[in-house]
Amino acid sequence: MKKNYDFDQIPETGWCPGCGNFAILKVLKDALDELNIDPQKLVISAGIGQAAKTSQYINSNCFNGLHGRALPVATGIKVSNPDLVVVAEGGDGDMYGEGGNHFIHAIRRNIDVKNIVHNNMVYGLTLGQASPTSRKEFKTPLQIEGVYLEPFNPIAVAISLGASFVARAFSGDMNQMKKILKKAINHKGYALVDIFHPCVSFNKINNFKWFKNNTYYLEEEYDCTNKMEALKKAFETDKFPLGVIYINEKNKTFSENLIAYKNDKRPLYKREVNPQDVEKLLSSN
Amino acid sequence: MKKDISIILSGEAGQGIKTIELLIIRALKNSGFNVFSTNELMSRVRGGNNTTEIRVSGKRVQAYVDRIDILIVLSKNAISRIENRLTKGTIIIGQDSFIEKKYKNGQYNIKDVAISSLAKEVGGMIYSNIIIYGLIAGIFDINLNLIKEYITKHFSTKGKEITDNNINAVIKGYEKGKGLKLGIQVEKDEKTKKQVLLSGSESIGVGALAGGCNFITAYPMSPSTGVIHFLAKHSEEYGVVVEQAEDEISAINMIQGAWYAGARAMTTTSGGGFSLMVEGISNAAITEVPVVIHLAQRPGPSTGLPTRTEQGDLNLALYAGHGEFPRIIFAPGNFTDGIYLTQKAFNLADKYQVPVIILTDQFYIDSYQSIKSIDFSNFKVENYITKTHKNYKRYKITEDGISPRGIPMLGDGFVRFDSHEHDERGFITEDFDIRKKMVDKRLKKLELYSKESIDAEIIGSKNYKTLMVGWGSTYGVIKEVIQELNDNDTAFAYFKQVYPLPNNTKKILSKAKKLIIIENNATSQFGQLIKRYTGIEFTKHILKYTGMPFSLEEIIEKLNGLK
Repeated sequence: MKKNYDFDQIPETGWCPGCGNFAILKVLKDALDELNIDPQKLVISAGIGQAAKTSQYINSNCFNGLHGRALPVATGIKVSNPDLVVVAEGGDGDMYGEGGNHFIHAIRRNIDVKNIVHNNMVYGLTLGQASPTSRKEFKTPLQIEGVYLEPFNPIAVAISLGASFVARAFSGDMNQMKKILKKAINHKGYALVDIFHPCVSFNKINNFKWFKNNTYYLEEEYDCTNKMEALKKAFETDKFPLGVIYINEKNKTFSENLIAYKNDKRPLYKREVNPQDVEKLLSSN
Repeated sequence: MKKDISIILSGEAGQGIKTIELLIIRALKNSGFNVFSTNELMSRVRGGNNTTEIRVSGKRVQAYVDRIDILIVLSKNAISRIENRLTKGTIIIGQDSFIEKKYKNGQYNIKDVAISSLAKEVGGMIYSNIIIYGLIAGIFDINLNLIKEYITKHFSTKGKEITDNNINAVIKGYEKGKGLKLGIQVEKDEKTKKQVLLSGSESIGVGALAGGCNFITAYPMSPSTGVIHFLAKHSEEYGVVVEQAEDEISAINMIQGAWYAGARAMTTTSGGGFSLMVEGISNAAITEVPVVIHLAQRPGPSTGLPTRTEQGDLNLALYAGHGEFPRIIFAPGNFTDGIYLTQKAFNLADKYQVPVIILTDQFYIDSYQSIKSIDFSNFKVENYITKTHKNYKRYKITEDGISPRGIPMLGDGFVRFDSHEHDERGFITEDFDIRKKMVDKRLKKLELYSKESIDAEIIGSKNYKTLMVGWGSTYGVIKEVIQELNDNDTAFAYFKQVYPLPNNTKKILSKAKKLIIIENNATSQFGQLIKRYTGIEFTKHILKYTGMPFSLEEIIEKLNGLK
């Protein structure tokens, strides 16, 4: 049965059979649907990469822009029309590598955008180089003796910057992933959902089984509002914790802080501008 | 009675020269003088040597002059950098200890004014700049009440004591200035009282607001930052989203998101920042999202001379971005055009869905001048957003190349923008036929725009034999050269639209027997552009790339050399 967010014809994807992106695509569509979010109100801002192609397969509004730049575009969209639900989606190279500076500052701005990052610890579209999250000693056609860089830790970075919502999911568990995505979408403020998923073509180390064996779900009684406890969790690497790791509801969102919305809550496109009102700035004194 | 007087304030960074400039030009303008001021600063917050030139004139002037009629010295070592601009008649005002011995040989008319001791009498050295403000006002015999009124306004938030001290300071300076009995008289022009005083930055800011700008983001970079400061100051009244971006890459992408969602957005930057935006400009081209970029040039390459001026980034603006796509580039030469072209930039970006770049430079941006009031009732915020229907196609192939642009939540369609080559619905395609159609569609927009291109303006004799060609901020100086020459054979072609070349380009250039191109750069970038599109080659160039603007005297001298 055709649901919201489905196209009349199922588009042919550019993904490999068995790719974790399929599960993420399905679950995201289901989560949006179950939350009754009108596809007219959704915008997906995506970068470039296999993960960012997700935007091509969802029947809704989208801005599929440049590699690394989904967050600035999403910021411009959300702040110009706060009534929209805005998702910034891409892979680990897109968001943490090319877009690393924007990642840091989108968190600091607390822009009300859902930042979904497909994290497979490898570059897929460019055929298998290391990504910022690749584990040490991972060998690639470029890192021929293995990766020697310290892996980027998006969870720890986000928490340390006071991110308003930080979670990690695994594409191999669609039920849990859906729960986490729904929480993120319902959250007011910036929300990071880093989703572990296997790349069947270019990462033979961190495969489905590896993720299964190297992750665990946070216990029911875990307090995700305690920053220092959350940081401890973020640094666990023997087994990576899954679930909502940190929530910080102290900060206003970016739009709430802006002078432009102080006296007028309407989105920018609904406001009439009269050039004659500007004339007084040129007073003769 | 003098035609005009040039005053130079020379001192260190951090001495409050800017405050003197802003107060005195306003007082002079409102007393019936035409004023123009420009500064040249070192890239530092304290020390060094900075100068501000203020021209007080019977007619409207907008050019830098070498000649110094009155030099006001605010610190030690404030003369040597500019000593070649002193003439026999130069009056040097300052305290004795600031004026080196070598200038005291009777060549110059030195007036010893002990500014520090006057300042100490008022309450400290901090009052020195206000004393100088009073001094200049006294020299020009400006109404003392007016002077005091500006002080009261300027210090209104600082409390009574500080205001009173400053009023004492201004009176002391004023009496001193009158007491010098310099006998300076400049023709008055009562019209100036009704005119509007503003800076180059403000002209771009006012133009943006008049164009309906409601979103600006930028990374601070001299000399472009004044524009975002201006919009920040007025953001509440006009409902403008103002955000300091983490880098210029973010800024250019953020404004694309903003336009996508229905805002009218701009960014402001200088060469280095613009270089970072290049990929984003290419993205705006293929997604066909409007963008307005203000590029305030300064000398490069790289960090270059951060606080100085040059017209060296025309080629950067012309060729920025991979792939082939249209763009529009304006280069206002005066503040009226700065307002007019900036407001127009928003309408054109919206209408043609192309990047519109406004090219200025440090000289333009940091200068102050009064302009005739502008009739804002001629301005219209043109909105080209379309309401979408169920089967809306973002990149519909149309005859004129413009595909109606929808925004999310306005209508029943989905709005899909794509940086890949795409089909009419905005989906990735690698169909060669569609690719070709999309390239043609995008390029067509420039042909369409050309129909409403802004012509180059001829200033001076319509029956010219010699034509000087300039663009952007050289407008003021070349125009004054024309006035000085006052001959029937010479005119000036002022280009305020530099790309696409205006439709009258070939016609006006072909008419001249002798062509001279004047540019504030080393390689005559605009001359090259004209050659490329018209085949007309310039053999006579007047180029300057020291980091300073052209002076009036310099162009006249070089013109004589070309005869």
